[in-house]
Amino acid sequence: MIDEGLKSELSKQGIFTTTFNELIEWGYNKGRANSVWPLQFGLACCAIEMIAASMARYDIARFGSEVFRPSPRQADLMIVAGTVTKKMAPQVVRLYNQMPEPKYVIAMGACAISGGPFKQGYNVLKGIDRYIPVDVHIPGCPPRPEALLHALMTLQKKIEEQHLTGPQQARHLNPEAPSEFPVPEYGEHDLVPPKNEAVWQPPKQAKDDTQGNV
Amino acid sequence: METLEEIKARIEAAVSGAQLEILANDSPSGQRSLLVDDNHALTVAMFLRNDPGLQLDYCSNVTGVDWPDKVEKIKTKVKKVVDGAEQEVEETIEKRTPGFLEAVYHLYSMSLKHGPAILRLRTENRTDKVHLPSLTPVWRGAEFQEREIFDLYGIVFDGHPDLRRILMWDGFKDHPMRKDYVEPDDYEYEPTPHAEVLEKARAHLPQPQPKEASA
Repeated sequence: MIDEGLKSELSKQGIFTTTFNELIEWGYNKGRANSVWPLQFGLACCAIEMIAASMARYDIARFGSEVFRPSPRQADLMIVAGTVTKKMAPQVVRLYNQMPEPKYVIAMGACAISGGPFKQGYNVLKGIDRYIPVDVHIPGCPPRPEALLHALMTLQKKIEEQHLTGPQQARHLNPEAPSEFPVPEYGEHDLVPPKNEAVWQPPKQAKDDTQGNV
Repeated sequence: METLEEIKARIEAAVSGAQLEILANDSPSGQRSLLVDDNHALTVAMFLRNDPGLQLDYCSNVTGVDWPDKVEKIKTKVKKVVDGAEQEVEETIEKRTPGFLEAVYHLYSMSLKHGPAILRLRTENRTDKVHLPSLTPVWRGAEFQEREIFDLYGIVFDGHPDLRRILMWDGFKDHPMRKDYVEPDDYEYEPTPHAEVLEKARAHLPQPQPKEASA
């Protein structure tokens, strides 16, 4: 193992050093990051922006993600684009469960990250991160195609920084980490359970700056 | 189009036994409606659609209304004997008007280019007698909207070809558009300008410790 200081000193002199593992990791991650195939499904108006991002003007193909797959078995990325109603939530979780590892989730738009304008309603899930782990959240109502591209680039960065071995090993390589999450069931008044505690915890306390306002 | 009074008179002549009532509307639109009794609703609807002078062949909208039980407090002065002397004492009597559910049909004529005529049906109460005749056999377009009313208000339309919930899932028990609907309590802290939401969210947070009085 080469010393970090020496490595940095050598790189200043124009000498590139690496290990075989690092090289494999770099190649593996670069390959994955530049061919993230999204699952082709949309839930509401955000999907229109997602479609716009995939067409010629914004051209998501520049980032290697133009192959929208109609089957979860062939997809790497789930773009939750739009309002997740409580009636739709079990199907979204089921689709996630059917995707092979490694898999990533982008929650696109106000509704997918928090319920958006429908948050106080009875029929809309208050964010898809209540049931499945989300890698990148995009705010906006709807977010512009550039925002989706930025989220994709953020995700690519995240993928490139993943490690194959060691303590910071990627989630999908850890056999202990779950790759499927329980599908909520339709209850008499709400989804059962209303949230997956293992994935999402409500904030324990209000922030101080708002405490005086109530 | 004829006035509502003329339509009412013609319906009464054509459909024997139909009990009709013109309901006033004191909102700016002033759009009055025709209340029809359950037993004759289907015949009246058929008449409205088939009558050559009306031809209300297009049902543009069906909606539900929930009228909760009304409690009025009426103050009356009653003479009573208090301490041997007759006195006038004010008494409040609670007058309870039972609530009901309504289905409202907005009708237009495509062939004669007139409308709307508004038809209302009322249930007896909000709990067990919530049956109304379905007008889907008359206007096919009412099918999904009657299902929606069934789902969100809980009116049961007799004679509907496919009465199922349309928006919520089958196992769902509540009727979310009713005034007394209680939504699931899954509030958590969020930065919001809505005091009501913050109040609900606060109930889920650990109660803040009272601050010690300091100098």
